[in-house]
Amino acid sequence: MLAWRRRADVLSTMFFFVIVVSLFPLSISPEPQLLRSIAPGVVWVAALLASMLSLGRLFANDYADGTLEQMLLTPQPLYLIVLGKILAQWLVSGVPLILVAPILGVQFGLSRESLLVLMLSLLLGTPVLSLIGSIGAALTLGLRGSGVLIALLVLPLYIPVLIFGALAVDASIGGLPTQSHLSLLGAILVLSLVFAPWATSAALRISIE
Amino acid sequence: MFSDLNFSVKPGQWIQVTGPNGCGKTSLLRMICGLLEPVAGTIRWRGEDIRALGEEYHANLTYLGHHNGIKDELTSIENLRCSSGLSGVDVSRDAAVQILRDMGLEGREHLPARLLSQGQRRRLALATVRVAGSVLWVLDEVLTSLDQAAVALTRSLITEHVEHDGIAIVATHQDLDLSAGNLQRIELSL
Repeated sequence: MLAWRRRADVLSTMFFFVIVVSLFPLSISPEPQLLRSIAPGVVWVAALLASMLSLGRLFANDYADGTLEQMLLTPQPLYLIVLGKILAQWLVSGVPLILVAPILGVQFGLSRESLLVLMLSLLLGTPVLSLIGSIGAALTLGLRGSGVLIALLVLPLYIPVLIFGALAVDASIGGLPTQSHLSLLGAILVLSLVFAPWATSAALRISIE
Repeated sequence: MFSDLNFSVKPGQWIQVTGPNGCGKTSLLRMICGLLEPVAGTIRWRGEDIRALGEEYHANLTYLGHHNGIKDELTSIENLRCSSGLSGVDVSRDAAVQILRDMGLEGREHLPARLLSQGQRRRLALATVRVAGSVLWVLDEVLTSLDQAAVALTRSLITEHVEHDGIAIVATHQDLDLSAGNLQRIELSL
């Protein structure tokens, strides 16, 4: 809640994303054909890593200052509170990525349609990253070195999102239909929207004991 | 930690839990709140297991633990209104200012909480307990880092709460010496 008060977090996530993505054209080769073929993978992997950056802080601060206990003890359903926290986290970590993605796509010589598909796939995919990540954040609460542990727990679960997100952009570059990939991403989103807050709530109750 | 513990409390009563460090006062209070599950036994609210009641029970309960539950980035007013909002009570801006004044935080309403001293944060936390308006108060080491005026204030808050048919369960080393209400003492030992 009010993650906006810590603007540094938002900017660091976004700059990390921008820099990682920009490193590839600089380091590999400026050849447009090659860049276009690696673009979907690069942008998606960078988005994945960038969204991991702020995950550790999702519940850690609340845990440290006792507000998490208070949230568990409110008459509101914990499911909704957790969903609210995840939504706020997505707004400050996911949405900026979606907004800067087209600018980065231009670096890779993507066409207008491909840029649109890239944004659409990120729009469907980044909430899933936040949702799944929240489970990892809740499970590793209060542990030492939780950052690495979150990555180990959560990254394997991110793989389907990565595959379909990158495939959708890939397909649009090749002029193929993208609808099936995007529909699958949407399906993953709906599924995680239902189950992730529930799993996170259960994990929080265990962590707080 | 402890066993064979059995007690009940009615509106208008308060309980003081005492005992040496590490005897399980905090654990007992956290169990009463439902944050910690007892190894054996049940805790009942109006005859029903609190595990089954869930949020319905939480609506009657306010807990103040070792941590104050205050967000450093928010001002005192925002903290107060946020936490009362979470407990389902809407506190207007003016009402929040009035309550903060009562708690001796006049002039600090618009400061971010991270600039407050330990004692002032505790006062703010007490203000949040007060606005929640629940029947059952569970207060853990409530007098820590409070000055004498604030201790007196806390006493009068608890007295007033118990007199209005509230219940208070307080873990503390110091004697609270409340005149009002019906006191039970639970003494835990190592």
